[in-house]
Amino acid sequence: MSVTREQVAKIAALARINVDEKDLDHMVPEFNNILAWVEQLGEVDTSAVEPMTAVIPMPQRLRDDVVDADPLTGGGKRDAILANAPAAEHGFFGVPKVIE
Amino acid sequence: MSNYRIQGATGEWEIVVGLEVHAQVTSHAKLFSSASTAFGAEPNSQVSLIDAAMPGMLPVPNRECIRQAVRTGMAIEAQINKWSRFDRKNYFYADLPQGYQISQLYHPIVGKGALTIEADEKAGIPVDKVIGVERIHVEQDAGKLMHDQHPTMSYVDLNRTGVALMEIVSDPDMTSPAEAGAYIRKLRAILRYVGSCDGNMEEGSMRADVNVSVRKVGDPNLGTRTETKNVNSVRFVMQAIEHEAQRQVDVLEDGGKIVQETRLFDPGTGTTRSMRSKEDAHDYRYFPDPDLLPLELDDAFLEECRASLPELPDAKRARYTGELGLTDYNARELTAEVETFARFETLLAATAQAIGKSEAKVATQVANWSLSVAPGVMKALGDEADPAHATAQAQAAILTMQDAGEISGGQAKEIYEIVLKTGRAPDEIADTEGLKQQSDTGAIEAVIDDVLAANPDKVEEYRGGKDKLFGFFVGQTMKAMQGKGNPAVVNQILKAKLG
Repeated sequence: MSVTREQVAKIAALARINVDEKDLDHMVPEFNNILAWVEQLGEVDTSAVEPMTAVIPMPQRLRDDVVDADPLTGGGKRDAILANAPAAEHGFFGVPKVIE
Repeated sequence: MSNYRIQGATGEWEIVVGLEVHAQVTSHAKLFSSASTAFGAEPNSQVSLIDAAMPGMLPVPNRECIRQAVRTGMAIEAQINKWSRFDRKNYFYADLPQGYQISQLYHPIVGKGALTIEADEKAGIPVDKVIGVERIHVEQDAGKLMHDQHPTMSYVDLNRTGVALMEIVSDPDMTSPAEAGAYIRKLRAILRYVGSCDGNMEEGSMRADVNVSVRKVGDPNLGTRTETKNVNSVRFVMQAIEHEAQRQVDVLEDGGKIVQETRLFDPGTGTTRSMRSKEDAHDYRYFPDPDLLPLELDDAFLEECRASLPELPDAKRARYTGELGLTDYNARELTAEVETFARFETLLAATAQAIGKSEAKVATQVANWSLSVAPGVMKALGDEADPAHATAQAQAAILTMQDAGEISGGQAKEIYEIVLKTGRAPDEIADTEGLKQQSDTGAIEAVIDDVLAANPDKVEEYRGGKDKLFGFFVGQTMKAMQGKGNPAVVNQILKAKLG
């Protein structure tokens, strides 16, 4: 598997990363090197191996349905949430107008 | 098969519809944080550091949201996947601070299921029809954008960000707007019975993406479909399908091609239009979310989900017509909404107990009262009625007096009117307002004797074979009793006396 210059440019656009034309020159072979390496890993027969989802086998922990159970993961902290916003107004985040 | 057809210049077209319904899961806290889900709060007051996608925060799934999705799956007899996984759906938009939505593409929590829409001759659904559900997965909702508050900026409120949604994806099994409408109504009823979603379409708790394609009648191949996003009422879904199908036929008959695209419904005009900005939005680059382990459900959890399911709409309807002996119409009306059957069942139990008969014996009387008499009185009174007075206890007392022949149907209504206005007790009203039937045979006999004595000529005629005069005697007796005679007793005594 390999990618073209156009594909790299498109991935950059989808990720909202501005990539210069001249950077694409070296990025395309870099991408293809990585892909070739991953492809090489694919040659190992893993059909009898369970996929590893965590280093230590453990189930996904679930939380109870309790509002603001933990101050770190609860709401009611609007000032903190908006503190770094470039244009917070009337309790909202202000962003350049996006309209459908 | 429905008979819905679009007449084109080149022949008849049929339509194929599939729906993706987004239903907000009923829970106190969000899917991956403990911020509140309550509707209508101050902007950004219910946003946690997780919802705002601050660096270093880890999502932890809310057990209740998982449980509600599983229970919903069980209610449509779907396959429940004990192993499922969350994926990231990547896109940039101002209402999505993470830059991706946590969803489930490859391994949804609920697999194939189905629900049945009922035959509705008038809507062009001749027989009951099973609509397949392909999957239900759990995902995060996005925030809300407001465009009309500032000349150059849009305002973002993230209160809804991270609230749990179930995306319920149907098979492309519907062939008319009416079938799609019936499907959403049935799905909404099931969600509300189960309690996994409040089904409030006005508040956006339920909204549908509508997939429509058209093809010539008899063509085995599906046409290219379009997806109309975020349609938020049953009526609008039906309108969107009607308009979009007609538009596709027009395009095809003009020699054009349907582009697979995302469209937007305009409720003002009932039409759809292309959302060009979403052109490359379909490139979501899904991958498993590395912040979350696969979700593994054990048997005890599934057992608890199953045990907590209530009686569902189809089973309830069957019991109403079977065990309770109600008509199909009454059963359907009573089971359509959670509030309706809850009120009916409470009143049924109270009435059966008050009268001392089985529920089956009084069910028809209670059903007619609940569906027609009580709402009629309530509606006629308008603002004068206080719904708080419409207790099961008061209504059961009225139905009990009626069952015993103490009051007539008309008196039942009059008493209920006073109950709704004042909250007074029905038996006290019957006594003090003179709203009782006279069932005392001695008293009725005396009145009838007077009537017969005052009309010897009519008695003669009746005995001579003029049967129609019986009504005259009933009328005279009732008039003399100011309409309060128990009709059954009056009839019985008159028959005996006129012999």
